[in-house]
Amino acid sequence: MAVSQPSKSRDLDRLLLRPGHLAGPNFEPGQELREDIKEYVKVLVVGAGGLGCELLKDLALTGFRNLDVIDMDRIEVTNLNRQFLFRLEDVGKPKAEVAAKRVMERVNGVNITPHFCRIEDKPLDFYSDFSIIVLGLDSIEARSYINEVACGFLEYESDDNPLEETVKPMVDGGTEGFKGHARIIIPGTTPCFECTIWLFPSQVKFPLCTLAETPRNAAHCIEYAHLIKWNEVHGRKSFDPDNSEDMQWVYSEAVQRAELFGIPGVTYSLTQGVVKNIIPAIASTNAIISAACALETLKIVSGCSKSLSNYLTYNGVEGLHIKVTEFVKDADCLVCGPGVLIELEKSVTLKKFINQLEDHPCLLLTRVSVSYRGEKLYMQAPPELEKETRSNLDIPLFDLMNGVSRDIINVNGMAGKGDKKQSCMRKLRIAFKGVDGVADIDMAGGA
Amino acid sequence: MIRLFKVKEKQRELAESANGKPPVKKQSAGELRLQKDISELNLPKTCTISFPNGKDELMTFEVTIRPDEGYYLSGTFVFSFQISPIYPHEAPKVKCRTKVYHPNIDLDGNVCLNILREDWKPVLNINTIIYGLYHLFTEPNHEDPLNHDAAAVLRDNPKMFESNARRAMAGGYVGQTFFPRCI
Repeated sequence: MAVSQPSKSRDLDRLLLRPGHLAGPNFEPGQELREDIKEYVKVLVVGAGGLGCELLKDLALTGFRNLDVIDMDRIEVTNLNRQFLFRLEDVGKPKAEVAAKRVMERVNGVNITPHFCRIEDKPLDFYSDFSIIVLGLDSIEARSYINEVACGFLEYESDDNPLEETVKPMVDGGTEGFKGHARIIIPGTTPCFECTIWLFPSQVKFPLCTLAETPRNAAHCIEYAHLIKWNEVHGRKSFDPDNSEDMQWVYSEAVQRAELFGIPGVTYSLTQGVVKNIIPAIASTNAIISAACALETLKIVSGCSKSLSNYLTYNGVEGLHIKVTEFVKDADCLVCGPGVLIELEKSVTLKKFINQLEDHPCLLLTRVSVSYRGEKLYMQAPPELEKETRSNLDIPLFDLMNGVSRDIINVNGMAGKGDKKQSCMRKLRIAFKGVDGVADIDMAGGA
Repeated sequence: MIRLFKVKEKQRELAESANGKPPVKKQSAGELRLQKDISELNLPKTCTISFPNGKDELMTFEVTIRPDEGYYLSGTFVFSFQISPIYPHEAPKVKCRTKVYHPNIDLDGNVCLNILREDWKPVLNINTIIYGLYHLFTEPNHEDPLNHDAAAVLRDNPKMFESNARRAMAGGYVGQTFFPRCI
């Protein structure tokens, strides 16, 4: 008797072909959904390291067919224990290229386009092309950059609700040793990376004088070599943590320093760890976090289940602890918030505009400084910049904004009244009245 | 669920409307916060700030301190500031560009100031740091030495420290080390 072969997508079919009471509001189960996901959904994976390798594999096996991966690094020997798509002969090759090739060899029908470059090197429309962006990164800077790009696409309707088709969702994974997190960022709905940047603990920094005078442990010796000795010997040439010769130099200086003070424990890998602020990566943590991220990606794209709300933390240090926390959006977030909508006549000068902000009921701003897309239109201090920008005060804001009908500007000043005044920053959505080509949408980007 | 087709259409529209427009300059949250700090600076008359790359590039700048009292009276000391894109999550990187005979500043310009490293917090700002640097010149402190020799002299023989500091500022040798004139 012939036994019917189970479909390769059997598990996926259970999620996508049947209705369910846990599904999201717009879920439309059926073959069409499954095929549309294959055909139309483009996923960008940022990072092809420990987490990135897992993510590419998981997403490909989840039925996504159009994947891109971007990573600026080349494969190193020390990656091989956990970045399982790489082999010894791949050392020195770009991670993105090898990872894309290996997953395509294993998973039929998936198409992965690698990008071996920095994330900042891509134009903004590169990012706008994706349905969703999945992050497998190890730095705050890179997350912050991608978050700003993705939130930059967001537009708000005049009632301050996000315009659905401009929402670029992100799924962010991160691991550090036995700990990890997975979160979803739906700009305009859930907190963005900037709303909760305070979640990241600040780096441990040793006082320089401790390093110079009284080192007590191996890390002190390494930081001495990295921060003090390097400058002494190399002058203004900056230290490159990705250059192995530089790292080797710091390591050998640290060893000498440690011998001088009789401190044990300086090793090359500890040197890398201290200098690059690395905590040893654990393969299973990456696998667990990646699985959560891939599942959330599928849930956001398909609506087959309610998404994570909105931040999962995993801790496997002692036993196992998993918790989901619902963080809240910062309504005044400069990156993802709607900003305050202000309608203006084209003739309003910068000076008049600044005066208006003082009386605006939502702002009550005094001592205002203004910038537009990085250009300082008016600065209250220091005196040199005030003088340099003063002549802008008599120019219409419309002209200072190069005649665009709507855009974001950023202001800061003192808000509130009397002795409750507080220094603050505000994002403003400026719309000029009576300008042609005004659509009924407002840019939220530009932060 | 994201509305796939709607999304596709919208994206095509955006891409078309972007054609022919100048590339949009983005301003990071860190830059915005720095701009706020700069626009609220309230410096003593002994400190000035300058922006070598112009008013629209605030992420690197220089602060010049001319103490009006203490061991360093009438010297001119230049500090360079480099601000991270994730400021204020990360402290500014500050170096002293003037070679100075000082217990808390080494000969390569490293500065031992707690708020630049272990005690930095995002509620602090550029104004706080500049005041902190100024304080180093009015109250050099031998308990946090980066220049070991200078610290020892300050602790054991303040008179000699004073004359060493003056000699260094006038341009001359202290021990084996030459200091260019900075008065």
